[in-house]
Amino acid sequence: MLRSETLRGSWVVAYREILRFVTERSRIVGSLMMPLLLLIVFGAGFTNVIGGMAPGVDYIQFMYPGIIAITVLTTSLFAGISVVWDREYGFLREILVAPISRTGIVLGKAFGATLQATLQVGLMLVLAPLLGVTLDLSIILGLIPMIVILSLGLAGLGIMMASFMRSQQGFQTLMQVIIFPLIFLAGVFFPVNQVPVWMEVVSKVNPLTYGVDAVRQVFLGAQVGAASLGVTIGGHTMTLLQDVLVVGAMSALLLGGAIWAFNRQE
Amino acid sequence: MVQVEALARSFGKIEAVKGVTFAIDQGEIFGFLGPNGAGKTTTINMLCTLLKPSAGRATLNGFDVQRDRSDVRRSIGLVFQQPTLDEYLTAEQNLRFHAYAYAIPRELRDRRARELLEMVDLWDRRKTPVRNYSGGMKRRLEIARGLLHHPRVLFLDEPTLGLDPQTRRSIWTYLLDLRRREQLTIFLTTHYMDEAENADRIAVIDHGEIQALDTPAGLKAAVGGDLVTVGTADLDAAVIEIAERFDLEATRHDESLTFQVRNGESFLPEFVRSFSQPITSIGLRRPTLDDVFLDVTGHEIRDEEVGEYDQMIRSMGRGPRH
Repeated sequence: MLRSETLRGSWVVAYREILRFVTERSRIVGSLMMPLLLLIVFGAGFTNVIGGMAPGVDYIQFMYPGIIAITVLTTSLFAGISVVWDREYGFLREILVAPISRTGIVLGKAFGATLQATLQVGLMLVLAPLLGVTLDLSIILGLIPMIVILSLGLAGLGIMMASFMRSQQGFQTLMQVIIFPLIFLAGVFFPVNQVPVWMEVVSKVNPLTYGVDAVRQVFLGAQVGAASLGVTIGGHTMTLLQDVLVVGAMSALLLGGAIWAFNRQE
Repeated sequence: MVQVEALARSFGKIEAVKGVTFAIDQGEIFGFLGPNGAGKTTTINMLCTLLKPSAGRATLNGFDVQRDRSDVRRSIGLVFQQPTLDEYLTAEQNLRFHAYAYAIPRELRDRRARELLEMVDLWDRRKTPVRNYSGGMKRRLEIARGLLHHPRVLFLDEPTLGLDPQTRRSIWTYLLDLRRREQLTIFLTTHYMDEAENADRIAVIDHGEIQALDTPAGLKAAVGGDLVTVGTADLDAAVIEIAERFDLEATRHDESLTFQVRNGESFLPEFVRSFSQPITSIGLRRPTLDDVFLDVTGHEIRDEEVGEYDQMIRSMGRGPRH
């Protein structure tokens, strides 16, 4: 009984998210703005100054995987905004009185966000050849599970925040406060091993760092560890599997938190 | 169809609903009449499982609103005060979402959707995004959507608030027709008196309590007869004369006086014939639900300034609290 309400809930909510996504072009452009801007500004600004990060890895190739992670971030947190909007425009009531479970609603929003994130990353990948980033089928296949686990957790974070915030303004303020430290202290623009100690500490606490590192390892493979571009903890450099475990644990926690927070409201 | 026993709900120290008891039969139109903040929306929210009661119990279509929430939800259709449509989707897409959420079989869904959209005159506009609809069209679509899954009870929370009289009339035509065809039970809240007239029975609710419950005619009869308004030159003398001659208590206003009398139609000719002063004007009015409300609660139904209490009740109506 409960299971069918959760299953149906998650599919019907995800279905609507996708329907909205394809009918609203502005939404597609909106969540690509930030990663594109960062890619262009930092790419153009730093490439000549910094030059090669390691033999065979130039700055763009180093930064690009991080930009992919940011794309996942901006798209996934959107799940939270959509909850706030649904509340503001009343549609949330239609969802809440339907015979579907709250857990199903949260999962549906998260699945919807994950699908959108995958599509958005697909759009970003079109740029890869132009930037001199190597892209092959194994990289693309390796990226998909990374996007999924990262996106589910970040969508959970967005929904959890939306469950606590009453107004759209409140939510957006909170987003700004959270999103910038998350992005700038996640090792997207510089290797976390080569920054001042305080920054290194903060970055290594930021779970997104491991998501960025995982995506980077999918793109650059062994070069990451060899060139000391990875995340080192106590002399040990994180492997791809370890990154995935960290991100997976974070996502499970955030998604669980979102389900709890959403169920808790009346 | 609906049984409510001592249902109560408090928000902090405020008792929004102080234990209401009533029952609604199948096919009945039951009205909740009261001002904003009287506890109408809070009661509806409890009956449709959106809000947990602080005390008491309620069953709907045989299901307990706290224990069998999914069964209750499947048994009810809802039309809220504020729109709850996805404005970026078309009417058809909104209905499809609803059909999926309520697990309506496909063949049934398409037939029912067409039937309902034709009923509310939106079939031709089904492919239009809802944001291009007028207020009346949106409300009609909400009613159609609320009926898509064949609910046994339709809840209408201020269904025609803010709509023009013509749209209000046409919506009521649909509703009365539906009740006849599908034996639909309708639970209605309103603070429009003329809208409440459509109900078979009305509960007058004020300050979280039911003050009176009867048919509209019964409620009016309880007020004590027809209202006569008389204008004469010397009102004070007229008040005395009416008291002495007819044993009726008249109330003096600025340029007229009023009193209540049973069987106003037969009383009036006699009154005009035998009254000593020249009468400048005279009027007879049947009691309205406004008079009922005034009589039962001691104050007029008002749309008074929004106090803290009202604001909270309204925000409850808007969306989930958190």
